[in-house]
Amino acid sequence: MNQWKNFNKGFFRENAVFVLFLGLCPTLGVTTSVINGVGMGLATTFVLLMSNIVVTMVKNFIPDKVRIPSFIVIIASFVTIVELLMQAYLPSLFDELGLFIPLIVVNCLVLGRAEAFASKNTFTSSVVDSLGMGLGFTMALFFLGGVREILGSGSFMGFKFIPGDGILLFILAPGAFIALGYLIMIMNKINKKTT
Amino acid sequence: MVKKESSFVNMVFTLFVITLTASTALGFVYEFTKAPITAAKQAAKMKAISEVLPEFNNLPNEEVYKIAMDNDTLFFYPARENSRLVGTAIETFTNKGFSGNIKLMIGILPDGSINDIVVLEHKETPGLGDKMSKSKSDFSLQFQGINPKNFNINVNKDGGDVDAITSSTISSRAYCDAVNRACNAYLKGGKK
Amino acid sequence: MNYIIIIISAIFVNNIVLAKFLGVCPFIGVSNRIETAIGMTGAVTFVMVIATIVTYLLQHYILIPFGISFMQTITFILVIAALVQMVEIMLKKVSPVLYQALGIFLPLITTNCAVLGVAILAVQNDYNLIESVVFSIANAIGFGMALLLFSGIREQLELVDVPESLKGVPIAFIVAGLLAMAFMGFTGIV
Repeated sequence: MNQWKNFNKGFFRENAVFVLFLGLCPTLGVTTSVINGVGMGLATTFVLLMSNIVVTMVKNFIPDKVRIPSFIVIIASFVTIVELLMQAYLPSLFDELGLFIPLIVVNCLVLGRAEAFASKNTFTSSVVDSLGMGLGFTMALFFLGGVREILGSGSFMGFKFIPGDGILLFILAPGAFIALGYLIMIMNKINKKTT
Repeated sequence: MVKKESSFVNMVFTLFVITLTASTALGFVYEFTKAPITAAKQAAKMKAISEVLPEFNNLPNEEVYKIAMDNDTLFFYPARENSRLVGTAIETFTNKGFSGNIKLMIGILPDGSINDIVVLEHKETPGLGDKMSKSKSDFSLQFQGINPKNFNINVNKDGGDVDAITSSTISSRAYCDAVNRACNAYLKGGKK
Repeated sequence: MNYIIIIISAIFVNNIVLAKFLGVCPFIGVSNRIETAIGMTGAVTFVMVIATIVTYLLQHYILIPFGISFMQTITFILVIAALVQMVEIMLKKVSPVLYQALGIFLPLITTNCAVLGVAILAVQNDYNLIESVVFSIANAIGFGMALLLFSGIREQLELVDVPESLKGVPIAFIVAGLLAMAFMGFTGIV
């Protein structure tokens, strides 16, 4: 397997959010600011990486019929670890991400990768794949968070560059949907040009 | 792919082993993070207390006492400077927020007047109810220095003296509800 | 009175999909035909309500008394996964037609953030058992309503002239945003 291509695909050709439409709930829910988006992306990448590592190591020991419940327990454990670590060391990020942290366990991206890739590929490939998909996911959250924060709060990474509020719509629910729609459109255009 | 056969015994055994390993690992991480989590929570509380009261040099966290109000308890944190009571910070709440509970930390001076208020927790709408936070608007500043004895802590619409946040009457009302809860509890049994 | 507020809030004001962003994946995946949308709503409602009840009991009689609340995520999701398995088996026997129609979406209910989300929210909001049940039913209705409204709109969108790069998912999201905006108008009710 060409590991560079394996890593790369998570960013554009098979971007979790813009192309595969996986992991949409946290994408819309936490991207009110760049920091929240990137924080969630990295937390998800951690869970993705760790659970894929475990899955690819134990895949031969798991009977086929119970593989989904087994994957779920493995993923849920890492999600809880992330929850606890964040609560202890990054309490303000933990408060901001709120409900969406435990929801990483049902992020279709995580379970999807374990099922579709890690359970069928080598250790190296699985690690590279999860890093690529996870960081690609983080990139998507970075962009959506960036658009929403700049337009909605007039700030970037917490630094305000206009006084007062921006176009509030963008940090509210409708703005999330609309911004995502346009970003997907842009991604479609980019992918069309490069294929 | 060589996999284990899906016999009943194998399935149960595998799930059991996985769940056991997971629970043990989690239990371990939980114990490991218990102390930092408690410390982080205490630090956040101390920060809130310092924001609403004048200078003090005791540890209000250690002198905390509770007063029961409305099916829940309010926590009172007395702050002292060299043993003289400088003020009491009260952690209060309201269930009447637009999107859920709101928690406030109110600093009350020994004469019963409000020194300052900070928002600990809320889920109100950005751009509307979230203006109760100091960083978003000056709504909370109108509470500084007022005394419940001669200031009616209710929004103008309800006949009170508080200017509500524009288009966020519910959030403003909830805020007043939390403040009143704290003041009433203080009159009941505060001051030590 | 409190129940009315829970219901109106869950269906309109804090709609699970359009305001809370839970259940968006099936929202985009299933909503292009009204029949599948209805089937999906039924299945989700069933799982959501029972899951909320079971997780409530789990939380209050096992997790909290034994001080193992950190096991919440694992136990809740396992309960949901088990329930979905049961629904699958039941559906195969009772209505094979519906089972076929729902196809891949049935096991996907496990990863539906709405189900786990509602279970966790019911616990976080400190509802008692009855309030939790009311909450979950109301949320399921809210989900179904959003799904149905949306599938109607999407069926129309297929017939309209849409610019090439917006076709399919992008325009769906933009319309969802408009729908969310409309729902924001409900904020004045409670």
